[in-house]
Amino acid sequence: MGDRPRVGFFTDTSVCIGCKACEVACKEWNHIPEDGLVFTGMSYDNTVGLGADTWRHVAFIEQRKPVGRQETGLFHNGHRDGTSTEFRWLMASDVCKHCTHAACLDVCPTGALFRTEFGTVVVQEDVCNGCGYCVPACPYGVIDQRQGDGRVWKCTLCYDRLRDGLVPACAKACPTESIQFGDLEELRARADARLAQMHAAGLGDARLYGRDPDDGVGGAGAFFLLLDEPEVYGLPPDPVVTTRDLPAMWRSVAAAAGTLLAGAAFAFLGRRPS
Amino acid sequence: MSSDVTRTGLAGVKADREALVGAVAGRRNGHTAGGRGEQPMVPKAEFGSYYGKPVLNRPVWKSTEIAGYLFLGGLAGASSVLAAGADLTGRPALARAAKTGAATAGALSLAALVKDLGRPARFLNMLRTFKPTSPMSVGSWLLAGYVPAAGVAAASALTGRAGRLGAAATAGAAGLGPLVASYTAALIADTAVPAWHDGHRQMPFVFAGSAAAAAGGLGLVAAPPGEAGPARQLAAFGALTELAAAQRMEREIGMVAEPYKTGRAGRLMRAGEVLTVAGLVGSQLGRRHRVVTAASGLALLAASAATRFGIFHAGLQSADDPKYTVVPQRQRRAGCEAPQAV
Repeated sequence: MGDRPRVGFFTDTSVCIGCKACEVACKEWNHIPEDGLVFTGMSYDNTVGLGADTWRHVAFIEQRKPVGRQETGLFHNGHRDGTSTEFRWLMASDVCKHCTHAACLDVCPTGALFRTEFGTVVVQEDVCNGCGYCVPACPYGVIDQRQGDGRVWKCTLCYDRLRDGLVPACAKACPTESIQFGDLEELRARADARLAQMHAAGLGDARLYGRDPDDGVGGAGAFFLLLDEPEVYGLPPDPVVTTRDLPAMWRSVAAAAGTLLAGAAFAFLGRRPS
Repeated sequence: MSSDVTRTGLAGVKADREALVGAVAGRRNGHTAGGRGEQPMVPKAEFGSYYGKPVLNRPVWKSTEIAGYLFLGGLAGASSVLAAGADLTGRPALARAAKTGAATAGALSLAALVKDLGRPARFLNMLRTFKPTSPMSVGSWLLAGYVPAAGVAAASALTGRAGRLGAAATAGAAGLGPLVASYTAALIADTAVPAWHDGHRQMPFVFAGSAAAAAGGLGLVAAPPGEAGPARQLAAFGALTELAAAQRMEREIGMVAEPYKTGRAGRLMRAGEVLTVAGLVGSQLGRRHRVVTAASGLALLAASAATRFGIFHAGLQSADDPKYTVVPQRQRRAGCEAPQAV
């Protein structure tokens, strides 16, 4: 990786306004094909989740909770007694986490997935053979296979733009600086300060997600400030890179293979053709 | 000349990302009693998940190809071991049958992989590197060595030619066979799919047992009664190993065992159990009856296939429901012991 500092995203969901400019900018810059114009009917979110043709996804969550001490002036059918007008929108732009310990990269049999000089995780589409192993390996449901292509695609953290000294398209397009791009160390310091500011403002639910270098994926290159539990946003609460258990799996495979051999030896013991 | 515009925004103006909400941002505090205001359009959503959507992306593997591969790889690998034993103990008919079965199943499993990839060149691409962190890479190299060896062993046995080469190939296939049969457990367990990953300690034993039962079953179907003894023994050993390991696995993985008991996966797993027991009992009690023996062998083959398809579908079911991702992780984070069924 050289002396180049690792870069990443800090996505501060507390200032996300759900404009989806990041989704559009990503699609435009990376020439991502259209993947179905569907109406989910569940929320303002018609993208549903990350996949081969969605590398930024804005989640919309409507909750009967206040944001801090916010006054919404809303009336809910469920609160006709007038005791509560609490309401909040949570909006969050999700993206590939560019894990320190990336399962997709570990399990890729061809070496198509690699770690760049920026510390990001990128698929080389000319090497990928479409085996699809990385898809269930990702604990966040990020990478996926493109229909009619067979290969897998995901966020590259705008590898091409980074090499030209540019900010990734989504961060560039974000009007509220909810998506912040920079050196990971600096982003972590900025996130810590922002979290302290949020807690001081009475937003006790605010938490950082993926910031801890000691978590199950060794810390994420793209981490978040969330206002609720991760699963509310469709994120796993405590993801662990699956290859952490691979040594135990190989030991178990060796023991099982030995058992099979022993069983076969036993099957032939003391028996001669009649 | 100086400018108000700096790298971080306008000089003296708070950046947008510093924005706060609620009273701290200068909004009026307190609640409005009464029934006026905007009506939200979206009904109460379930929390704990994002609209019930899965956290994981569903495995893209096709069930016929990949679950079929799990079964065929096991059948091939264990059959090669049976073939080598038959050679060593002077049972040529059993050896021929097992070698033919191994070569056929091995070739079919390779064909299944190629079909899933789309075209043959994509399998060759697997061999451009070797990665121990990827069970698929390890497996590709195993297959690249195993399938030709099993093929040569079978060709030599069927034609009666190249005896030395055939013997070497038989030994080679028997050496790689147990790994071919059990590595596929690591292949599926080395994912974030809860029903596959959480069972990673027992899964290789389930696969090895299922493979031995299938190879024994094939031997019972194809070998003459005088040589079928070891096939019967291997089948019994495999069936018991598989049943015990599967039971232990389901006990150890807590609530993630649910997909193994429900839906399509549940039906397949149950069918696998019933067929395994039937094949085991039939092969032991009906050893003097050619038809009962063959039927028992077929039952064991079907049982192995049902179990592999069941495990495959249990993985899909556990990936489709965010509960199996979220609940165990929350419990782990909360420092709880083994997750309880919900």
